[in-house]
Amino acid sequence: MTDFSYVRTEMLEERPAPTSQTGIVKWLRENLFSSVPNAILSIAALWAIYFTLSHLLPWVFQSSWTATSLKECRASIAAAHGEGTTGACWAVIRERYLQLIYGFYPADSYWRPNLAFIMMLVALAPVLFNSIPKKFMLFTALYPFIAFWLLWGGSIWLPISIVAGFVLGYVAMNIISKQMSELAGMIACAIVPILWFLFFAGSAADVMQNIIPISLESVESAKFGGFMLSILIGITGIAFSLPIGIVLALGRQSDLMIVKVICVGFIEFIRGVPLITLLFVASTLLNYFMPPGTNFDIILRVIIMVTLFASAYMAEVIRGGLAALPKGQYEGADSLGLDFWQATRLIIMPQALKISIPNIVSSFIGLFKDTTLVSIIGLLDPIGLSTNIRADQYWNGIIWELYGFIAVIFFIFCFAMSRYSMYLERKLQTGH
Amino acid sequence: MSAITDPDKGGFRPSMLLYDTRYRSMTIQIIALVGFLIAIGWLVSNTAQNLADLGKPLGFSFLWEPAGYDINQRLIEYNSQMTHARASLVGVLNTMLVALLGCITATVIGVLVGVMRLSKNWLVSRLMTIYIEGFRNVPVLLWILITMAIFIEVFPQPRDFRGEDAVASMSLFDSVALTNRGIYIPAPTWFAGSGAVIAVFLASIVGMVFFGKWARKRQEQTGQILPTFWIKLAIFFVPAILAYYILGKPIGLEYPELKGFNFKGGFYMRNSLIALWFALSLYTAAFIAETVRSGIQAVAKGQSEAAAALGLRQGRITSLVVLPQALRVIIPPMISQYLNLTKNSSLAIAVGYMDITGTLGGITLNQTGREMECLMILMAIYLAISLTISTVMNWYNDRVKLQER
Amino acid sequence: MKKSVFLGTLAAASVAAGVAAAGTLDDVKAAGELKCGVSTGLVGFAAADASGKWNGFDVDVCRAVAAAVLGDGSKVKFVPTTGKTRFTALASGEVDMLARNTTWTFSRDVDLKFEFVGVNYYDGQGFMVPKALGVTSAKDLDGATVCIQTGTTTELNLADFFRSNNISYEPVPVETNAETQAQYLAGACDVYTTDASGLAATRATFENPDDHTVLPEIISKEPLGPLVRHGDNQWGDIVRWTLNALITAEELGVTSANVAQMSGAAGGNPEVNRLLGTEGDLGAMLGLDKAWASRAIANAGNYGEIFATNIGEASPIGIARGLNAPWTDGGLIYSPPFR
Repeated sequence: MTDFSYVRTEMLEERPAPTSQTGIVKWLRENLFSSVPNAILSIAALWAIYFTLSHLLPWVFQSSWTATSLKECRASIAAAHGEGTTGACWAVIRERYLQLIYGFYPADSYWRPNLAFIMMLVALAPVLFNSIPKKFMLFTALYPFIAFWLLWGGSIWLPISIVAGFVLGYVAMNIISKQMSELAGMIACAIVPILWFLFFAGSAADVMQNIIPISLESVESAKFGGFMLSILIGITGIAFSLPIGIVLALGRQSDLMIVKVICVGFIEFIRGVPLITLLFVASTLLNYFMPPGTNFDIILRVIIMVTLFASAYMAEVIRGGLAALPKGQYEGADSLGLDFWQATRLIIMPQALKISIPNIVSSFIGLFKDTTLVSIIGLLDPIGLSTNIRADQYWNGIIWELYGFIAVIFFIFCFAMSRYSMYLERKLQTGH
Repeated sequence: MSAITDPDKGGFRPSMLLYDTRYRSMTIQIIALVGFLIAIGWLVSNTAQNLADLGKPLGFSFLWEPAGYDINQRLIEYNSQMTHARASLVGVLNTMLVALLGCITATVIGVLVGVMRLSKNWLVSRLMTIYIEGFRNVPVLLWILITMAIFIEVFPQPRDFRGEDAVASMSLFDSVALTNRGIYIPAPTWFAGSGAVIAVFLASIVGMVFFGKWARKRQEQTGQILPTFWIKLAIFFVPAILAYYILGKPIGLEYPELKGFNFKGGFYMRNSLIALWFALSLYTAAFIAETVRSGIQAVAKGQSEAAAALGLRQGRITSLVVLPQALRVIIPPMISQYLNLTKNSSLAIAVGYMDITGTLGGITLNQTGREMECLMILMAIYLAISLTISTVMNWYNDRVKLQER
Repeated sequence: MKKSVFLGTLAAASVAAGVAAAGTLDDVKAAGELKCGVSTGLVGFAAADASGKWNGFDVDVCRAVAAAVLGDGSKVKFVPTTGKTRFTALASGEVDMLARNTTWTFSRDVDLKFEFVGVNYYDGQGFMVPKALGVTSAKDLDGATVCIQTGTTTELNLADFFRSNNISYEPVPVETNAETQAQYLAGACDVYTTDASGLAATRATFENPDDHTVLPEIISKEPLGPLVRHGDNQWGDIVRWTLNALITAEELGVTSANVAQMSGAAGGNPEVNRLLGTEGDLGAMLGLDKAWASRAIANAGNYGEIFATNIGEASPIGIARGLNAPWTDGGLIYSPPFR
């Protein structure tokens, strides 16, 4: 054996990869300039970004935060950054941001909507996160009354007497269904609170108010405005639409012809007309539908119509959830001998609702955005307020700052919620 | 619910209405129906009572009275002496115009953006994400107002075009005027012989369709693929252009000209229409793009890999394999986007575009004070439009749906 | 659970809202406040300032009525209404009276079943154009683009004017005053048309008011006045005579400054005495007390004072009295006698 070898025995030094295959160059080649059309697209995109930013950034930053009128603001920008510079007058936001958030709500009572908002997050927690004990749902159930009292003020005994009605109904149901039949219990559960509301609730509240007066300064709804109003309408609409939506969805799925026709008719009617026509109904017609002499507050009327609107969409979301449940769940419930209501309450709905949560959040985002439409019927939501501010002689002619501010706030809210719903969707997918 | 039906013992007892599943559904339905009728009756009687108290009995005769107001954009002949019904019809046509334009543009933009969002180009896909999230998370009303404000504030007013040292000038060889009142583009004027050119043009469209069918048949028989796109393009343009020159240019262009307060001549699109159209298209396109993206992602990767293994080029893979399958997933949500766009077009009122909400639900309602009647008709019209769109689109969906066997 | 909450709120609302339908006067007294429909915001006539307090010419009429009925001019709940919602708000009882520069027309009075109690401002529709256009008469406006605020009689007047003069125009309907101004100032329309008072008010807020001119033509009669529902004559009388009291007070020289002193004791002028309740008891005939009119006048002054503070020549709006001068000065403001 001669000591011949065509095979290299020692290792070669490792050489760095060619520059075209590493680091930023590789990344650029693969991601931006992989082919001629791609390169053209990249350059176009770069140009678009440059064009937008080169116009937007100077405007945003060469701005005035302190002026008290548009004229003064323009003058101060021209003085600071040279003649002919256009810049944003953020001063209008600084001056009016409280109004854009709270409307004309009394300034010394801002803590009330703030507290209501924080409590809302707490009340939502048990719904949105599974890890929180179910006992907290009691707070969620009580929350609407607390929020009502905090926002509108007045005597605390009115909301309490309404809660008392439900408690009475619950008690009556328990007693009567033990004494008599479950059906009688259900009927009692419906009738007792109605009797209470019609005949006793008001006077009971008055009596208690006389004995122990606890009340907040009452705030009329005409003073509600800004993002507070948007959130209020959005949240109330979605919360109240949930139960109605469940009923409609069940009705639409049911075998009962008449019930089905009524539900389908309602859902398709509401989904077929634009929200703005429903708001016109709220602003001009709703009082006609009520007994002569009844008079609802415009905000309450809007909430009613928005709730009806949202429940039709909610019904479709929940129907989607019901349809997505495996058939085995229905059959399993039947085989356990559960009747329709038991099966729905214990097996079907909890699962259907859980898989619907991402879509419920999306429909909330939609509804929240749609609350801006109330500006068309004269309510002072952020857009309505922007018109109001533009009518002020000091800020006459201001546009972009207000629209920009409102758009950014809406974006933050909606984007955060949509990310949350995507997160939920992913979580639910891996759960199975 | 018991599956076994007990043999019928004896006659009917009232308690069976509640406890026998055969009758219970009946009972529930009747209770529901009665409750529903009572509720409707209550509302109707309240309304009748209220209207009677106000002395405003329900009646539609106001529709045949002269409207008294003018409408700027009218697709059919209309003047202020015509009836409210006619004004409403003008409004309906305007609604349909903006809805149609919006649906087409939104689809084009949405599909492009949806595809580009999945592009491997990092920059482009990020940019598309920003566009989609930006538009989806801000109210459409705000977008409409912002677009309108851009048109009003950024574009020059007609006055600026005037004089020797005009601040603004017309674009595209002095043929298009972009003003803050709208866009003026040249309109065709027809001379003798123009009919022939149009006839040739129509004939070439028919020819194009036939060629497409023939080429497909040929491909199925022989397997050869013709460059159909270029040939179709040629059939589309060449004969008409030839005819145009042979007949001595019988179709001219009327250019807009600044006369008096405004540009005259040419074709005029008002900025209210353009703003509404743009805003609705861009907003809806963001949603459509997401639909398209998820539709494309729903097509199993194996499909495109198999197509690649068969030797198809990237463009053909997309057009022949991926998109047709994605389409089935895309269409149902697309229908609801079209419906949303149509319903959102009612926000025209915010920019003064005279759609049905602006005419019937706006000025007519204000001038006659007939809220009940106007809103009833308004809702009925929107309902009819929505139902028509969803019927047509569902029919189309049924056609392209995968036939499951 | 949540569903029942909804029902509960409904029930509570109907409990709270159940009382109405009696006379409007009793309702107002029971509620302790006057619900007054005003415009959503028109400088000088009705506008809320940054703290939410309402000011303006129409607003002061509301306050005077509240002062006459409730004894306190601040006990008014102002309900902003749009052109579309104002009549429904009044018809449905959402407001007790409407003081929202509303034109008194035949059909509104007869067909819509409202009662106009008088005229507090004689207006007419006019045109505003930029001076740079060089237009001097509305008849020169052939082919012009005209911005109109929708929901008013202006659309109809405009159509009639251009049709009868056989000239063409392009209407641009806009929903709010702010939006109309923005379009007009940006040159998206050549002409801005609305009531002459509105034009003056709007022009006053411009950066350079002198660049704009109001054309001499007034193309319509727009008598603006407060209105109430048909059928409740007592309430109609109260609003009518409160307005008349303000007008008469100007004629008789009763002002917010001297009203307290003059109503202290009967003076030499019997009509002043009757007006201020120091002689006879006109208030009782209305269902009010003797001092109703003096309270109404004390609140914001007589008609002339209200005019001067809100829209008069010394105010930023700067409208001359013109037709709205008292009849003794050659205007149209005239009240039936108090006897």
